[in-house]
Amino acid sequence: MSAAEETIQERTAALKGLGTSRKRVEDARFTQGKGNYVDDIKMPDMLFGDFVRSPYAHARVKSIDSSAAMAVPGVIAVLTAQDLEPLSLHWMPTLAGDKQMVLADGKVLFQGQEVAFVVAEDRYIAADAVDLVQVEYEELPVLVDPFKAELPDAPVLREDIADATEGAHGPRRHPNHIFTWEQGDKSATEAVLAEAPVVAEEMVYYHRTHPCPMETCGAVASMDKVNGKLTLWGTFQAPHVVRTVASLLSGIAEHNIRVVSPDIGGGFGNKVGVYPGYVCAIVASIVTGQPVKWIEDRMENLSATAFARDYWMKGKIAATDDGKILGLWCHTTADHGAFDACADPTKYPAGFMNICTGSYDIPMAYLAVDGIYTNKAPGGVAYRCSFRVTEAAYFIERMIEVLAIKLNMDAAELRAKNFIRKDQFPYHSALGWEYDSGDYHTAWNKALEAVNYTGLRAEQAQQVEDFKAGKTRKLMGIGLCHFTEIVGAGPVKNCDILGMGMFDSCEIRIHPTGSAIARLGTISQGQGHATTFAQILASEIGISADDITVEEGDTDTAPYGLGTYGSRSTPVAGAATAMAGRKIRAKAQMIAAYLLEVHDNDIEWEVDRFVVKGAPERFKTMKEVAFASYTQVIPGVEPGLEAVSYYDPPNMTYPFGAYICVMDIDVDTGESDIRQFYALDDCGTRINPMIIEGQVHGGLTEALAIALGQEIAYDELGNVKTGSLMDFFIPTSWETPNYQTDFTETPSPHHPIGAKGVGESPNVGGVPAFSNAINDAFRAFGLTHTHMPHDHWRIWKTANDLGLHS
Amino acid sequence: MSKTTIKLNVNGQSVEAQAEPRELLIHVLREQLQITGPHIGCETSHCGACTVDIDGKSIKSCTLFAIQAQGSEITTIEGLGNPDKLHVLQEKFKEHHGLQCGYCTPGMITRAHRLLEENPNPTEEDVRFGIAGNLCRCTGYQNIVKAVMAAADELNQPEAVA
Repeated sequence: MSAAEETIQERTAALKGLGTSRKRVEDARFTQGKGNYVDDIKMPDMLFGDFVRSPYAHARVKSIDSSAAMAVPGVIAVLTAQDLEPLSLHWMPTLAGDKQMVLADGKVLFQGQEVAFVVAEDRYIAADAVDLVQVEYEELPVLVDPFKAELPDAPVLREDIADATEGAHGPRRHPNHIFTWEQGDKSATEAVLAEAPVVAEEMVYYHRTHPCPMETCGAVASMDKVNGKLTLWGTFQAPHVVRTVASLLSGIAEHNIRVVSPDIGGGFGNKVGVYPGYVCAIVASIVTGQPVKWIEDRMENLSATAFARDYWMKGKIAATDDGKILGLWCHTTADHGAFDACADPTKYPAGFMNICTGSYDIPMAYLAVDGIYTNKAPGGVAYRCSFRVTEAAYFIERMIEVLAIKLNMDAAELRAKNFIRKDQFPYHSALGWEYDSGDYHTAWNKALEAVNYTGLRAEQAQQVEDFKAGKTRKLMGIGLCHFTEIVGAGPVKNCDILGMGMFDSCEIRIHPTGSAIARLGTISQGQGHATTFAQILASEIGISADDITVEEGDTDTAPYGLGTYGSRSTPVAGAATAMAGRKIRAKAQMIAAYLLEVHDNDIEWEVDRFVVKGAPERFKTMKEVAFASYTQVIPGVEPGLEAVSYYDPPNMTYPFGAYICVMDIDVDTGESDIRQFYALDDCGTRINPMIIEGQVHGGLTEALAIALGQEIAYDELGNVKTGSLMDFFIPTSWETPNYQTDFTETPSPHHPIGAKGVGESPNVGGVPAFSNAINDAFRAFGLTHTHMPHDHWRIWKTANDLGLHS
Repeated sequence: MSKTTIKLNVNGQSVEAQAEPRELLIHVLREQLQITGPHIGCETSHCGACTVDIDGKSIKSCTLFAIQAQGSEITTIEGLGNPDKLHVLQEKFKEHHGLQCGYCTPGMITRAHRLLEENPNPTEEDVRFGIAGNLCRCTGYQNIVKAVMAAADELNQPEAVA
């Protein structure tokens, strides 16, 4: 069949563009064991670095004796803060405007903190030498409870800034206080609370946890002294920012640094920040002139890099007697650990926690967040969510349930009564956001019908009766959640990381024979960018996605971008891709018009070609145009077909969804069994439904983990109690259910293709749905709220406290 | 520390390596034999990213000394299929989107391969129980289970007549 005879539908399908469940191009190498992860990198003379870490949560370092370690054959160097100090690298800036020790400088502030860096010929020798480094500590009082941080007898953790009354985010009132961030109208909100007919209050704790990707963090640094070039491969979710930071820290000019993110074995926020291991590997390579590899083990990963959450959220929600919400008040105590290393845009020390009014039209609100230092690992990363959005969603979705109990009202009805209506978008929230689009009632009703909500409630009521009559020892929980996210950071005018505006980029080059390469400023960690970004482009420029290579992660070749986290790849880099595609098309139109000997305005775009208006038999395909751009002189047009777009989004995007979890709970064992999980996501325009579903399955399973057991716990001495996968819960295939996915499609009005991003929605919406199910199971017995994680013991304890075992 | 010669048959090839008594099999495979398909995810036998097949059993190679594998036959992901002829499991994982970041995938497929050898007609429950020693953070397992079931189905089809 000739190109002219194919139907528009056939030509569209051949592109494998938007809306296609295209199979992933990444899978060939991954299924054959041919991925290239950082620990797969091997170089001649490569050395291996390993850390001496603090066994104490708070102690003074009296002395470090590395002589025994240095005596081990094969040990090349032992670096301490003293060695790094002349280079001004013993401390480094954090993403949150604080600074962090690279190696212990006089004291240690959390268990597992990096004290010395051993460099040896292989990882076994390095581990031997780590054991032989003698560090003398003097233990200090430990602070693990953020609520005790400002008591008179509290130890001062950060002596380096003890006297600083001003921090990166405003005034500090105590040496252990980092910042107070306030949003909304405090006095007006408190006035609403004082006069409201109904006010429900609760302390909602979102516990400390960890992203724990399958691959830990690591890097290989290679300083080529002959050419003066440093190459750094590593697990970087933001390679371009790492290059800039590495340049600023090391003094090596940015053009002499090449940062490469190879394949990354999952990130989930863990790999956004800069860790001491990266810095030490660089220094060690500069010192030795040899490549140096550093790879975390799992215990180091869980106990030292990038915790998430740890927000104590005290809430008050005011309503009328019939359930119309009047106001929301929240005071959060945020445990940041020893250094404020949160990965948030600079102006948002508590991320986008001010999305905590959720999906609801709440006229008045106030939020305050107190950041506090404790003797715990630094982090505060966005674990599969936009910055603090999962905390916000959990808070409001618990508060709604608490209010429903207070009003003796059905929680689904209470939600529907307060949703922002479709006609209110763009919606300005009381805490300062402009929601782009949404249709919450439609999604909600679809979800309730899909699970037969009325039937479920009737069954639940019957089960409560049966339980009371001694006929069953099981209870049923119905966990509801309607979440609204804020993702795609973000507009450069208010979002930056270390001063770098949070735009993103795409550069496209069309080859003479009509295939293409696109390079982006983001980096996939499993999301399938090489598959989906090619689809966006295919629909824009009419070249099959199969003929488009997508590359990311090499700062020498890719355009500058802020990286992949906070569901920003599709909203920002995806937009850049579409815009760059449109530039290609604009130039191609001029070339096509010349070839067709008509005016530019006399041709129009149709799937994969320019067609002369009113003469459909006269056309030039994008492939023909591409070839012409390299082979013919086109008057007034430069040769070649390339474009680049740096996209600064006008607004964030606001994906939303309706999730319902049905849980059966064994009152006597505390076991929970997920009977059904229905997840409706609205992520705007859907690029690849297969990948969207996969993201939802994965995010829900991470949410399940967090809600039902996953925790970074400390004892009162600051010992990490959950430092291995024996204690840190990751669901297996055995306890993970099958999920039922669904969707509505409300495009973002400001995004070039209407896409909003989806990777993090299931975590943001999943955690409240699971937690609400557990809480809901005990509602009939007087429970208002119980804290996560809802492991079997805690559920048993809840039942026991309610007197259900007697 | 003194090294011992270890003779192995890896993916059908006789190989030798020199390893200290304490050296783990995963390190010998990855760093001496360039078999980098199996990965290290936890070093405590929990995650299964390092799963290889040793003499017909799924083994987590991060908690086995290389010397313990002396004389054994080892199959890794590299030995299951090749670019010209993928194993059915490799095809099905791709078809059913049974992987995302790919880090757990080699261990997962290697384990699934042994599972289907042990039980060619697994129920969904059998598959979920049979791969529970292999953790995945990306997929929520739903599509992995689907892929393994689909592979079992295909392997059970009578061979097509040429």
